[in-house]
Amino acid sequence: MNWQRFFKREQADADLRQELESYLEITTSEYVARGMNPDAARAAARRKLGNRTLLREEIYYMNTIPILESLSTALRYWCRTLRREPVFTAAATLTLALGIGATTAIFSVVNGVLIKPLPYPAADQLLSVSHFAPGMGFETPVGMSPSMLFTYREEGRVFQSIGGWSPDAATVTDLAEPQRVRALLITFGTLQALNVPPLTGRWLSQEEDTEGSPEVVLLSYGYWQRQFGGDPNIVGRAITVDSRPRQIIGVMPPSFFRLMGQDPDLFIPLRLDRNRLHLGDLGFLGIARLKPGVSLAQANSDVARMLPIWLQSWPGPNARFGREVFEKARFSPALRPLKDDVVGDIGKSLWLVMGAVGLILLIACANVANLLLVRAESRQHERGVRMALGAGRAQIAQESLAESLLLGAAGGLFGLGLAYRGIRLLRLMNPRDLPRLQEISIDASVLLFALAASLLSCLLFGLLPALKFAGSHLGPALRLAGRSAGTSRDRHRAQNVLLAGQISLALVLLVMSGLMLRTFQETRKVRPGFTNPEQVQVFSLAIPGSQVAQPERVVQIWSEIIKDLAAIPGVSAAGLANSLPMDDTKNLNPILAENSSTEPGTNPPVRTFKFVSPGFLAATGTRTIAGRDLVWDDIYNHRSVVLVSENLARELWGSSTAAVGKRIREMGNEIRWREVVGVVENVHDDGIQKQPPPIVYWLFATANFNGAPLNVQRNVAFAVRSHAAGTEAFLKQVRQVVAAVSPTSPVVRPRTLQEIYGDSMAQTSFALVMLAIAGGMALVLGVIGVYGVIAYTVEQRRREVGIRMALGAPAAAVKRIFLLRGLLLACAGITLGLAAAASFLRLMSSLLFGVTWFDPATYGAAATALLAAAMAATYLPARRAASVDPMEILRGE
Amino acid sequence: MPRRESPLQFEMLQGTLDMLILQTLALGPAHGQTIAHAIERRSEEVLQVEHGSLYPALHRLDNRGWIASFWGTSENNRKAKYYRLTAEGRKQLASQTSRWEQVVRAIGRILNPATEHNE
Repeated sequence: MNWQRFFKREQADADLRQELESYLEITTSEYVARGMNPDAARAAARRKLGNRTLLREEIYYMNTIPILESLSTALRYWCRTLRREPVFTAAATLTLALGIGATTAIFSVVNGVLIKPLPYPAADQLLSVSHFAPGMGFETPVGMSPSMLFTYREEGRVFQSIGGWSPDAATVTDLAEPQRVRALLITFGTLQALNVPPLTGRWLSQEEDTEGSPEVVLLSYGYWQRQFGGDPNIVGRAITVDSRPRQIIGVMPPSFFRLMGQDPDLFIPLRLDRNRLHLGDLGFLGIARLKPGVSLAQANSDVARMLPIWLQSWPGPNARFGREVFEKARFSPALRPLKDDVVGDIGKSLWLVMGAVGLILLIACANVANLLLVRAESRQHERGVRMALGAGRAQIAQESLAESLLLGAAGGLFGLGLAYRGIRLLRLMNPRDLPRLQEISIDASVLLFALAASLLSCLLFGLLPALKFAGSHLGPALRLAGRSAGTSRDRHRAQNVLLAGQISLALVLLVMSGLMLRTFQETRKVRPGFTNPEQVQVFSLAIPGSQVAQPERVVQIWSEIIKDLAAIPGVSAAGLANSLPMDDTKNLNPILAENSSTEPGTNPPVRTFKFVSPGFLAATGTRTIAGRDLVWDDIYNHRSVVLVSENLARELWGSSTAAVGKRIREMGNEIRWREVVGVVENVHDDGIQKQPPPIVYWLFATANFNGAPLNVQRNVAFAVRSHAAGTEAFLKQVRQVVAAVSPTSPVVRPRTLQEIYGDSMAQTSFALVMLAIAGGMALVLGVIGVYGVIAYTVEQRRREVGIRMALGAPAAAVKRIFLLRGLLLACAGITLGLAAAASFLRLMSSLLFGVTWFDPATYGAAATALLAAAMAATYLPARRAASVDPMEILRGE
Repeated sequence: MPRRESPLQFEMLQGTLDMLILQTLALGPAHGQTIAHAIERRSEEVLQVEHGSLYPALHRLDNRGWIASFWGTSENNRKAKYYRLTAEGRKQLASQTSRWEQVVRAIGRILNPATEHNE
């Protein structure tokens, strides 16, 4: 066999035909010459040659590749049936495309977010450096203090490079107007660890990260494009950042630093002063690159070795906040792959969604298998004829499989198209809780997955009909002769099992999406600790120390702005705080309460610290439960007062009213007690689904705070309550007020509190939307499946029904037969599904809020909904059965 | 259509048929009917050539490049497909003939002592 002949075989066949023809002629004329009459001679020549067609076929097959041949036969055959049965083909292809498309789309998300390495060279060597400190009251790992960085850099044996970073904001002033930009404070070692070369220029050197050398800055690609039009000669130019001129030394490539939702404009060296460092400042984030061949466990043990060295080498933050606090904190290493930090806890819900769409694919396969079975039955007669004419069983099975393969291929192709659309839609939706969104794409592994999914589906839905009918007996197929009389029970068994399985899977999915819906409902019911967030305009302002040195002056500017904001018509309250509710910033520190003692050898637990101005809580709508709110006189008269949240009051003093008048103080201050003048309601500051943290509200300007003469917040968020919040006109008024008082402070990130609240609600939204879609698809596919099988049964039993009715069966009784059958199948499927849900859905309990994984109401509702849908799908064909005209059937006999 | 399975004895004959065809063509080009006739005549009608196997055999040899075909005119002025031996075919014929003779001798050696013993 060679390729040339393969393509020329039609011609070869024509050649052969001619050759045989000429043979016949020659032989005939020879026989005639021997004295036979021409007719007899020709007949004798034919006899001698034998079956010409068989001969031609034999030679033709010498030139073929059997698999290709049966494939192309199947392709032609399938194309013919496609035209003959467009509805079937469309239904099967579409169902498959939905299943494969959904799985492929979600797989591409799983691949982009969870499987692909981070976009850094040798990304598996990258670690985030954090620590457990149970003795300080932190439940989750804390970061790395600057002093740790120095210890690890000097004493470490496992790191190629290590650096620290911290998100920040900065003001750039030598442009047309002052601009507030996102900045990332980095130390030497951060860029080296990530090991991404700059587009132009160079990384930060160790000298430039040390006080005394000229000040430098690196730009992000986005900022370079926006602000400097991608100027190729940017390196060496100077810009003024936070009132200091800095030389630009490089530009980093686009999307280079997207860790933990950061997308900075500037990279500014942190310039830690080694001589003034202490053990504290744990909010710092560490990145390290391991030496090749070093394991995570080795890295953790090396850090464990260095922690005592670190404790010995550095002093406590101040005299009152000494080393003993850190010794009691029981530090231990919590290094983990950087990817885990980036991905966060989305993994669990992603795998859940992946499982859900996997079930969708299974349901789709069951549906298509059922469709194929139904159609294979209707082609029973045709198959019988073919077998009688000599077609082999293996060949029929092969063809049936090839047909499934083609169906799978078409479904896979359409599915891939759907997945592509789906991914684009997802990008548009831009779910906040989905990291690495830019890295989600259809790449080689996604294509491979789609191929595997298509092949697997082919096997799932194609094998059953192929086996079933290759093994079927020729006799009955022929005898039936197209008429389906008493269909045997056995032939429906496969269909019934498939249908029940399909219904049970659909139920599992419905329960899953039901549970997510309940979670969403419960989340909405939670009172977040503020009211009507859509009426609260928020924005940020900053006054760097390089701009206004004296803290008293900052207090004056802030209070002037607040008063002017409050004077805007329609504004009911205005105030500022160091951070907004639910905005993901955390300030955790311990406090001491008067007349209370902590257990020896332990530290007092940490509380969330908030620094607010009078009016802030009124603006956000956080209610005062006992005592009073803060007032401006507290600031002017330097009163030493604080507010606490209700849960903190309850914990320390038993009740809100008991708390008023009690005294607390921060750790670094042994002189002044602060009087609790009011108790305010709990705020879900860590997110709506988390327990509200105990909060201490300090005045934004507090004398003697932790020993500082006047502690004032320079980087603050304002909250202004007005019905006009969020409108452009209102924002304009706000800008005017700010510009009048502090013309060099740009208004940053104006939004409403509702947006922050919505982001917090969005924690569940990705999984919710995906599971809701999956549930809807499962319901639709399940209903189609029920409808198809019952409708088919009705069709098969038309004769029986006609005879029954001719013998006097009422229409209602006929209807009942089919309704009962549908009910039986649906109930079997639902029972199975309930059992499956009850045994597997425990897996999703971590995603639920306010509802348990075994919530009877949800299970009941899902079962009822599915049963109702299944019965509706049964009712239509059942009614058609009852409307059969017995005369017509009998006449057909 | 699936190919028919050929029993073992046919297979042996098939290989032999190939050799006989090559041998016939060694004398000069011929068309199918002439080849069949020649084999039958020279074997004194002991070997009857099934035309059902002649044409596949010709095609197979053609495929292997041992023979080549061309359209010509038959003795009685009819268009016919002629086959001729290629250089490769000639080589094959030589090697197949010698192998055949080896086999015949070997079988003869096995059969002859037995008959001698019986005498």
